[in-house]
Amino acid sequence: MAVTAAGAQQTVETVEAVFRIESARIIAGVTRVVRDVQIAEEIAQDALVAALEQWPESGVPDRPGAWLMATAKHRAIDLVRRKETYARKLAEVGRALEDAPPPAEPSGPDDIDDDLLRLIFTACHPVLSTDARIALTLRLLGGLTTDEIARAFLAAEPTVAQRIVRAKRGLARAGVAFEVPYGADRAERLGSVLEVVYLIFNEGYAATAGDDLVRPALCEDALRLVRVLQGLMPAEPEVHGLAALLEFQASRIRARTAPGGEPVLLADQNRTRWNGLLMRRGVEALHRVGGGPYGPYALQAAIAACHARAARYEDTDWATIAALYAQLARVVPSPVVELNRAVALSMADGPEAGLALVDALTGEPALKDYHLLPSVRGDLLARLGRHEEAAAEFARAAGMARNTRERDLLLDRAARARAGRP
Amino acid sequence: MPRFLSMVRIDENEMAGADFPEEFDQRMGALLEEITKAGVMLDTAGLMPTSEATRVTWSGGRVSYTDGPFTETKEVVGGYAMMQCKDMAEAVEWARRFVEVHPAEWSVTCEVREIQAG
Repeated sequence: MAVTAAGAQQTVETVEAVFRIESARIIAGVTRVVRDVQIAEEIAQDALVAALEQWPESGVPDRPGAWLMATAKHRAIDLVRRKETYARKLAEVGRALEDAPPPAEPSGPDDIDDDLLRLIFTACHPVLSTDARIALTLRLLGGLTTDEIARAFLAAEPTVAQRIVRAKRGLARAGVAFEVPYGADRAERLGSVLEVVYLIFNEGYAATAGDDLVRPALCEDALRLVRVLQGLMPAEPEVHGLAALLEFQASRIRARTAPGGEPVLLADQNRTRWNGLLMRRGVEALHRVGGGPYGPYALQAAIAACHARAARYEDTDWATIAALYAQLARVVPSPVVELNRAVALSMADGPEAGLALVDALTGEPALKDYHLLPSVRGDLLARLGRHEEAAAEFARAAGMARNTRERDLLLDRAARARAGRP
Repeated sequence: MPRFLSMVRIDENEMAGADFPEEFDQRMGALLEEITKAGVMLDTAGLMPTSEATRVTWSGGRVSYTDGPFTETKEVVGGYAMMQCKDMAEAVEWARRFVEVHPAEWSVTCEVREIQAG
């Protein structure tokens, strides 16, 4: 059968798509053999090159994912054999080879899942800096190129490339075992994984710097990651809690910016633009949390669910939200949680109640550069008719905001407060 | 990351009385689990046959109703999957895996369409 140019092009696209779908699993499977993510990633790339060379000639195999995995694993085993000089290791690999599936026979889905989990826990290992964990997770598990990660975080490509290389070396140097933690440190290690995904989402949802308020692509990468985690760890309530939180947050993305890109506050959002499918997925994920005491992500998801349930801003159940923030403050005490509780209280019981709480936070060193503190305080003062003070707070907040869109909004609110308007 | 709607078109006449091989359910179940675990599947369902369907048509300024079955149409939508993928090629690859699960003697078409953003 003659391979047409169009057919060859189609094959190349298929190879690339298959590789993107499978690459995390292949890297994970190879890492189990070579115990080094850097080498594993190179071998996975080799398998991709092999597919690009062979498939246009031979056609796409029946199980392209299994083909890539088998090819990569064989290369991995060859490499270990060539490089390994310790007889003990050789014996181990020999055993691994006997246990390894024959070519074109996939490993069982459970083995692949286990490897993927190991890779996730490795990429998010606490020996790495937060930035390194984020970059490595997006690279190995999110399948993003270094360039895509750099653009998402407004960083220079070489910087991110360096960060990823250093992270892989750091894992090797620290002798991080390629394993899923069970036992005493599991909670902490899982916390680290969830935090990485949460931070990726948040960088997309509330871009800390730059001209765009929202970078939805990053939110979607985080969502995909948390959905994968739900499949891999269905028994972990906080995994579902985080999934619920992110589905709810993502459901509002479309409504959070006006056509010109300026931010739209929750009170002013057109709720018909909230995405119903994502809200339903949020509700579903929250159900899967179960009945135990809610962890921090599940509590935040429950708060987001309260907002989702209100068809109009006026219908928001602020008393329940304030109570949930109080629970959250007990689980993870933090000034930011207190600030949010103040907002909810001010909506439930009036601006004075909120202001008392906010005033208690003004000396908080952790909030020294947090623009939302003066922004919230300005809002409460404006609602109390103290316009001059409100204007000063909004101006202060504008000076702290790193995001251009947010700064413009705050300057506008300062001007309106000076004019005595809400 | 765009969303894609894969509309599964089947020939109802062919499907009438077709027996589902025993391992079909199992293979389909395994594939759906895989798509879900990949964080790709947002929503999916099969549709009741067109014998239970009604078409509501607006034409020439008038509304008309047509009850199913729509046997004159060779292919009708028998189900759908909404997926979130990096690009069309990835969505098409999942669709390929989906159609391959079906018995060789059936004809199944997935029409993969990108959902408008916004």
